[in-house]
Amino acid sequence: MTLKKTLGLALALGLGATALHAQDLRIGLQEDPDVLDPDQSRTFVGRIVYSALCDKLVDITPELEIIPQLASGWDWSDDGLELTMTLRDGVTFHDGTPFDAQAVIANIDRSQNMDESRRKSELTSITGAEAVDDMTVRFTLGAPDATLLAQLADRAGMMVSPTAAEEAGADFGLNPVCSGPFTFVERVQQDRIVLEKFAEYWNADEINFDSVIFLPIPDTTVRLANLRSGDLDMLERLAPTDLTSVTEDDSLLMEQAVSLGYQGITVNVANGDRAASPIGENSAVRRALSLAVDRTVINQVVFEGAYAAGNQPFPPTSPWYNKDFPVPERDVEAAEALLEEAGYADGITLEIQVANNPVQMQLMQVVQAMASEAGITIELVAKEFATLLSEQTAGAYTASQVGWSGRVDPDGNIHQFMTTDGGINDSKYSNPEVDTLLNDARVSNDAAQRKEKYDAALAILQEDMPIIYLYHPSWIWALDDKVQGFVPYPDGMIRLEGVSFAE
Amino acid sequence: MLAFLGRRFLIAIPTIFLISIFVFGMQKLLPGDPVLVMAGEDRNPEMIEFLREKYRLNDPIPVQYFNWIGNALQGDLGISLRTRQPVLELIAEKLPVTIQLAVMALIIALVIGIPAGVLSAYKKGTWIDWLANIVALSGLSIPNFWLGIMLILLVSVNLGWLPASGYRPLSDDPLQSILTMLMPAFVLGTGLAATLMRHTRSAMLGVLRSDYVRTARAKGLSERMVLVKHALRNALVPIVTVTTLLFGELLAGAVLTEQIFTIPGFGKLIVDAVFNRDYAVVQGIVLCTAVGFIFLNILADAAYRVLNPRMNDT
Repeated sequence: MTLKKTLGLALALGLGATALHAQDLRIGLQEDPDVLDPDQSRTFVGRIVYSALCDKLVDITPELEIIPQLASGWDWSDDGLELTMTLRDGVTFHDGTPFDAQAVIANIDRSQNMDESRRKSELTSITGAEAVDDMTVRFTLGAPDATLLAQLADRAGMMVSPTAAEEAGADFGLNPVCSGPFTFVERVQQDRIVLEKFAEYWNADEINFDSVIFLPIPDTTVRLANLRSGDLDMLERLAPTDLTSVTEDDSLLMEQAVSLGYQGITVNVANGDRAASPIGENSAVRRALSLAVDRTVINQVVFEGAYAAGNQPFPPTSPWYNKDFPVPERDVEAAEALLEEAGYADGITLEIQVANNPVQMQLMQVVQAMASEAGITIELVAKEFATLLSEQTAGAYTASQVGWSGRVDPDGNIHQFMTTDGGINDSKYSNPEVDTLLNDARVSNDAAQRKEKYDAALAILQEDMPIIYLYHPSWIWALDDKVQGFVPYPDGMIRLEGVSFAE
Repeated sequence: MLAFLGRRFLIAIPTIFLISIFVFGMQKLLPGDPVLVMAGEDRNPEMIEFLREKYRLNDPIPVQYFNWIGNALQGDLGISLRTRQPVLELIAEKLPVTIQLAVMALIIALVIGIPAGVLSAYKKGTWIDWLANIVALSGLSIPNFWLGIMLILLVSVNLGWLPASGYRPLSDDPLQSILTMLMPAFVLGTGLAATLMRHTRSAMLGVLRSDYVRTARAKGLSERMVLVKHALRNALVPIVTVTTLLFGELLAGAVLTEQIFTIPGFGKLIVDAVFNRDYAVVQGIVLCTAVGFIFLNILADAAYRVLNPRMNDT
């Protein structure tokens, strides 16, 4: 090892003082992101990289309020059919292309019309975009859309350099050019993504690192070992089982935020022949299963109490949560009574498919044990995720343990799952009343009115219960104690403004 | 020798062809729709249809196969559905990593395995033999992922001697590159050393009992000469076979070890590709590995002939 030290010293002396003060932040990711093109990508970890690489028209606060980013302000017309945005002055893309109204229009066009774009469904309400002047852009909507700003606070609102996008086409992701605090340097698949500080960033004063390196390390134990050995400065998605050891370690910090997503059991109520089961045909059986499980105990046993028990598509901490239906206490007798009322006094047997990873398996084994005490015998079928997904879409299942990563706007957590024509309504639940409520809620810009509609829809869903919600995961970050200024957000992103190393 | 090699290369062509059909067919038998995985969490039907058309997944399977193999023959293995990187480029990026890890692991295995095997055969029944056997059995029975994590905790977290994981290319920083590879190569190498030691031992035991070894001793040659020149050389043929097989396996990627030490080689790439149903990548790598394996076997056959000239008659 002396050789290494000598060489290292020689190198440091050779490069002079600047190299010694280089501030490189190394972040451990749970997976390797997919293609680095905001219009094409679909992974959560990809979005973490974008929060350092690509700015959006608007951003969110930890409380989920929409705030300016590349758009410095905006105005809705009274009928909700026009959104006018003023753009931030003096912003350039990493390749020097200026950011202006034409750039926004080109970006919206790319998201809506590029063959490979996965953003089309997020921007369907926009029917036109025009430049009012150089730094003002007006979007025309086909129908009022309350979810639009939230979409523009994520990948659909990320602005890529029109020059680079034009040149690279669908291969833009191999060398992404945006306008965020860091520019793209290199990517070695499954190994690293290196970004370097963008000197002309409009908010450069808030950026304290010379470079950011994202290192995908899928194994949670190894990811933590890398943080402990000093090979990482922070990591995302610490396993709840490692919480205690991190909080007891003085050299590490832990931050967490309840996520926007949920996990639950989706029941096949009308998706083909397999819907013909006691639990598919009878909502009382679904409510019985819901009452048979103790959500607080699940959180304690499986997740060390780090997550949040839940019974709705929004976590209890969300402003959209319907407080008239709190997370139910476990009630085995009530569950048995419901089964009896449904005509299954002798109990039922039910098959639930679950992804074959240890945590989801453990979760379902706890549910299985709890349900059996109420006369519900659960047979677990573990499947690799891609298989589980295609069987669920095809209706080849009775019930399925799945979840949703969550969206900033409440619509994203409920509309596609609960409306008759919803794109990912795999239970094929259909209730005209719920359809009307949810369709109305997405076109109003009045938060109070929306809340009323969601409350009414949630009341019906508590009866019909096509999805039995169980819990809301938390994002947990572990950091070296020299990292300061990190703010946890419910969307799980790592925003680097104001983050620095302690002197 | 040349005619022999020529013959072997000719036989390799239909073998590779059959493997390509097999790989392609097996992939199509996998449950789970690749397009569903690729379309993203909200599974937009328009996107799904577009992807099916784009990657020609609506074509009949034989047509899909001929499209792929036709392009592959022209050196185009397609692009990764996940990252849009060309598969050939991915292979060019990962192959040196995998080869480096395989070579380092093999060196460790050979350095430990062969001397241990020779020694334990020579000292059969003594404490040296027992010790070598115990070490070999532990090497075989300790799972790589456990040894890997323990090494990280000990060497990196507690002692801080080596980086916990990651990889630097040889061309970038040779010393750092070898240092980061040391632990994974050791984990892999010790497992293989055990296998090698067992094979060397049994081959040596057979050879040490043979007439020519007795003759060599009777001639008054030194024990060292007898062991290395007469016994080991003749015992090497089965050892070469085992080594080739082991090396071939290493080239296919050491999935768990790569995962733990986050070495961006074939193993990690192929596992990710299978779970994401990234067909082009899986096919490309398996084809490449199969070609490598066949090539190694031809090399091994050539090595037998060098070690044992009598084989030239066959």
